[in-house]
Amino acid sequence: MHAIVCIKQVPESPSVGIDPKTNTLIRQGIPSIINPFDLYAIEEALLLKDKSGGKVTVVTMGPPQAVDALKEALAMGCDEAIFLCDKGFAGSDTWATSYALAKAIQSKAADYDVIFCGKQAIDGDTAQVGPGVARRLGIPQLTYVCKVREVDLEAKKIVVERLLEAGKEVVESRLPALVTVVKDINKPRFRTLIGIRKASQAQIPMLKPSDIGCEEEHTGLAGSPTEVVKIFTPEPRKGGQVIEGEPEEACETLVQKLMDAKIL
Amino acid sequence: MAAAGTAAVRAVAVRAAGPRSRLKQRTKRYRLPNLRLDEENCTGCGACVDTCPFGALVLEGAVVRILDSCTDCGACVGSCPSEALILERPKAAGPAVDLSAYKDVWIVVEYDRKGVSHVALELLGKGRELADRLGCRLAALVLGESVSHLTDELFAHGADLAYVVEHAALKKYRTDPYVETAAQLIRKHKPEVVLLGATTTGRDFAGALAAEIDTGLTADCTGLEIDAASRNLVQTRPAFGGNIMAQIVCKRHRPQMSTVRPKVMELPKRRDGHKGQVVKEEVALDDEKFLTKVLEFVKEEGSTVNLADANVIVSGGRGLQDPANFKVIEELAKVLGGAVGASRAAVDAGWIAYPHQVGQTGKTVRPKLYIACGISGAIQHLAGMQTSDIIVAVNKDPDAPIFKVATFGVVADLFQAVPLLTEKLRKRLGK
Repeated sequence: MHAIVCIKQVPESPSVGIDPKTNTLIRQGIPSIINPFDLYAIEEALLLKDKSGGKVTVVTMGPPQAVDALKEALAMGCDEAIFLCDKGFAGSDTWATSYALAKAIQSKAADYDVIFCGKQAIDGDTAQVGPGVARRLGIPQLTYVCKVREVDLEAKKIVVERLLEAGKEVVESRLPALVTVVKDINKPRFRTLIGIRKASQAQIPMLKPSDIGCEEEHTGLAGSPTEVVKIFTPEPRKGGQVIEGEPEEACETLVQKLMDAKIL
Repeated sequence: MAAAGTAAVRAVAVRAAGPRSRLKQRTKRYRLPNLRLDEENCTGCGACVDTCPFGALVLEGAVVRILDSCTDCGACVGSCPSEALILERPKAAGPAVDLSAYKDVWIVVEYDRKGVSHVALELLGKGRELADRLGCRLAALVLGESVSHLTDELFAHGADLAYVVEHAALKKYRTDPYVETAAQLIRKHKPEVVLLGATTTGRDFAGALAAEIDTGLTADCTGLEIDAASRNLVQTRPAFGGNIMAQIVCKRHRPQMSTVRPKVMELPKRRDGHKGQVVKEEVALDDEKFLTKVLEFVKEEGSTVNLADANVIVSGGRGLQDPANFKVIEELAKVLGGAVGASRAAVDAGWIAYPHQVGQTGKTVRPKLYIACGISGAIQHLAGMQTSDIIVAVNKDPDAPIFKVATFGVVADLFQAVPLLTEKLRKRLGK
């Protein structure tokens, strides 16, 4: 069994709080972590390895410090790491990111049975890279998966439950397939001491576009169809009023205000 | 944007997220990002430092320094009053396609047994506005096994025409047959703009479709407008939990694709009798070829979990202290006909199931009324609900951050206040 996990390193907090004096965002000193949804993806791959044997390869793209995310994944029990890190990849949008990840998988780990991703990253929140990778590899995608019911490597079959707005959809698919997971699916394991030692010794080369057969005009800023033209900080939501008084009285006032707002 | 992005100022990164010896490998120092600083022009004002989502810019003396963690997202460039930050885009290759060949605005219609989904109608409203600006037609794309009966509803909400594909392989939404069908139609008719709802299905569909037809896609937009000079669609979307808004364009590729967050765009007025043209399309689909099969759909018990569609959400957090106490929340939700939400703390404690979780690692919701009970208001929770129309907070800690975003706050013990509220509302609403 060969499972691949695509991960991303993100800032720990979605923002970082507002400096009360200057009313600006404070972002310095935020630790980088593995995107929380990706931890569930790693765990799901490791669970499959625990059951069926084989190996787990973890892939990421990012600046040099993103190697930490790969090492953490290795420390959790992943076996191999692929690191796309080059000026040529910088500034990639989701189209260019999924192109590069798909190329990396095709050139370095083409013998996979299943690919796991988190449903989305908590910084960009797009949920677009997983489907993009699946499409480029020409394999089925199973998104928002909250449970893997069955994996049959012999019969090349997977059955999953997808968490949708109004309930759960049970879907069967052929393998290889790409699965994006939500939080509910498992409890990610901790790093082990042996794993940490192994990870610290791992040499993870930085691959550039030509190493994985990417055409440079399709990667990074040059290859990204979308372009950020402006970024601004929205007016922070202003708090309203705290309704004074004893609970009885305060609730009466609140009910009146809600009735007045004509939303009920 | 910056999909390859990462974060945080290396030098002060705290808390071991990985093995401590991790820095060793990084002996080779080289400037990764393409972003450059023109030191002559930099005044050291620090505007860019505040703008950078990744904490990759720091002030050093009188000038800014760009750290390794820069991802070339470009956020800082516009923030610099003295044009000292330069992100040289590689020589713009010309358009990837003949832009003038693309016209019309399309929306992809989601529906269920009850009919056209709310978000599809919202898209029609926005789509109408965009089509009028561009001077083109608004078309709806409806895929399914038997969907012709939906078109009148689409015309009544502003569509000029509806492309309808009916095929047994399209009975239930599945990525591959839907993408294949939509891609064929897009290649044939060449729309300039394609909009989908940012629902689970819409995002599954759009992500694969954009890769298939090789164009840009902007997720979860909350604003869309046309730039008059270039005819480009300017797409505004929140990132970093809504703490930053980004405007994104797709200049060289067509169609320009966005998913649009439900409940943001206004519902258009219904115009009964407004007619449009139905265009039935035949698409050859080989069902054998598709490798996925929907086995069943398990609807959630009761109506309290569908947070996406709810107009009222009552959420409980750590303050509930015990799973049994969610009953207090449920009763209020019932009186209001709303759904039940929860903070991450309540879900992680096992008090309520994950589908109820609101926030960064749960759902992003935008009801008319959000009532937070016993929720302190961690930034991760706020990221999931702070765009609700009215927020009510009940918490006994007057310093809880939730009060900073609440329209109305009640400082009280929730076990006292919430049942009182339930009782009073029940009387007022006559339930």
